Amino acid sequence: MNNLSVEHLTGIKDLTPADIELILNTAETFKQVINRPIKKVPSLRDITIANLFFENSTRTRLSFELAEKRLSADVVNFSAASSSVKKGETLIDTVNNILSMKVDLVVMRHPNPGAAKFLSERVDARVINAGDGTHEHPTQALLDAFSIREQLGTLEGKKVVIVGDILHSRVALSNIYCLQKMGAEVMVCGPTTLIPKYISALGVKVEHNLRRALEWCDVANMLRIQLERQDIKFFPSLREYSMQFGLDKQLLDSLNKRIIVMHPGPINRGVEITSDVADSDQSIILQQVENGVAVRMACIYLLASKIGR
Amino acid sequence: MEKQIILNKRHIDLTLKRLCYQLIESHNDFSNAIIIGLQPRGIHVVTRLKKQLEEILGKEVICGNLDITFYRDDFRRREKPLIPSATNIDFVIEGKNIIIVDDVLFTGRTIRAGLDALLAFGRPARVELLAFIDRRFNRDLPIQADYIGKTVDTLSEERVSVEWSETEGEDKVILFTPDSNE
Repeated sequence: MNNLSVEHLTGIKDLTPADIELILNTAETFKQVINRPIKKVPSLRDITIANLFFENSTRTRLSFELAEKRLSADVVNFSAASSSVKKGETLIDTVNNILSMKVDLVVMRHPNPGAAKFLSERVDARVINAGDGTHEHPTQALLDAFSIREQLGTLEGKKVVIVGDILHSRVALSNIYCLQKMGAEVMVCGPTTLIPKYISALGVKVEHNLRRALEWCDVANMLRIQLERQDIKFFPSLREYSMQFGLDKQLLDSLNKRIIVMHPGPINRGVEITSDVADSDQSIILQQVENGVAVRMACIYLLASKIGR
Repeated sequence: MEKQIILNKRHIDLTLKRLCYQLIESHNDFSNAIIIGLQPRGIHVVTRLKKQLEEILGKEVICGNLDITFYRDDFRRREKPLIPSATNIDFVIEGKNIIIVDDVLFTGRTIRAGLDALLAFGRPARVELLAFIDRRFNRDLPIQADYIGKTVDTLSEERVSVEWSETEGEDKVILFTPDSNE
């Protein structure tokens, strides 16, 4: 198996376990490449990639841009804040205008769930979803899986708890699909109001007590509270949330085993995770960011190889 | 497909031994020389050379593997993506004499990619090429080997396969010629 079964990367849901395995294995080689004195390979020198960000992003956008540049692709960037979207142009018109400048691959972040899939069915380019609203964020899930595999050797049979705002999190949904496809067990933990009602239909455990969740797991993935997506109050105050669901050093040290702490960023220090946990040797937050470049290189490389000449 | 064995185990052993002495002639005790095998097939030649060189010299000879997948010039010209193998270069190549090793030198495109891939690790003093089999007359690029195991004259539609006891069960070099009516 050395070819992806999909033509676009719109979500983990569409990938097979073999696809994920192929991406992770390819990413391992790219991790070697980005640790060389010359971090660049010439594979994609005849490919042009457009990064379309209709929503704010620092990490993901930089990570994609670096991945593209390290593969020698030509890159154009676009952000909604400074574009004609504000003048009333539709998504398809915007993208088709960009594509008529001979762009081969589109990396898109959009606030609407399903935007990447919608686009992939209507335009003549490969599409990579860099986050579509509260739906999926496939490359984040892949880099999380890569980071866990790097730490624990395998994902098979490992227990991962995702803590926090599951309701508004695209990272949570993509992670659930990805981890389950790779044979890991997944639990979600958070206040009742931030856990989707029917989430157990996805085959995940639900827990509302952080200590019990942490005692069960090998890996804890702490999510940010997405205040920008919350139009009503889901919990009384950040202070109360932090007391119930925030991970501090005292709680981490009181566990009878050593767990791995992850966070997709951006961190709200003192809310979901305290500074001493984020900076501790059990946290792999910065390794996740490094792995993000390698995983995105692998996704782009494998999809780009399907572009006809 | 017609099969013809062009080197058997005894010939291969003799050829490897000769190549070792040729390498020692140029590089003395290998104190400033490093051998790098190109993935996936060149590394088997390196394993054999390393063993014999170390027996002759009585000291360790530094060897590495180099994967050239991302440097190839036929990306997107193939049906399936090229899947990389491991690269093991955990030493400094700056200022060293490097001997790149591959099993078959054919169009020269692999070696071109290998040179690019190698230079991503630093600036060696000198780079030489060892080809176990040299298919002269089939070159696409102006690349020639400094050390040659055996030169064979082939047509471009023929195929030469170097097989090793570790991977295929027997040391031999086979020339495959397509039948004229194929």
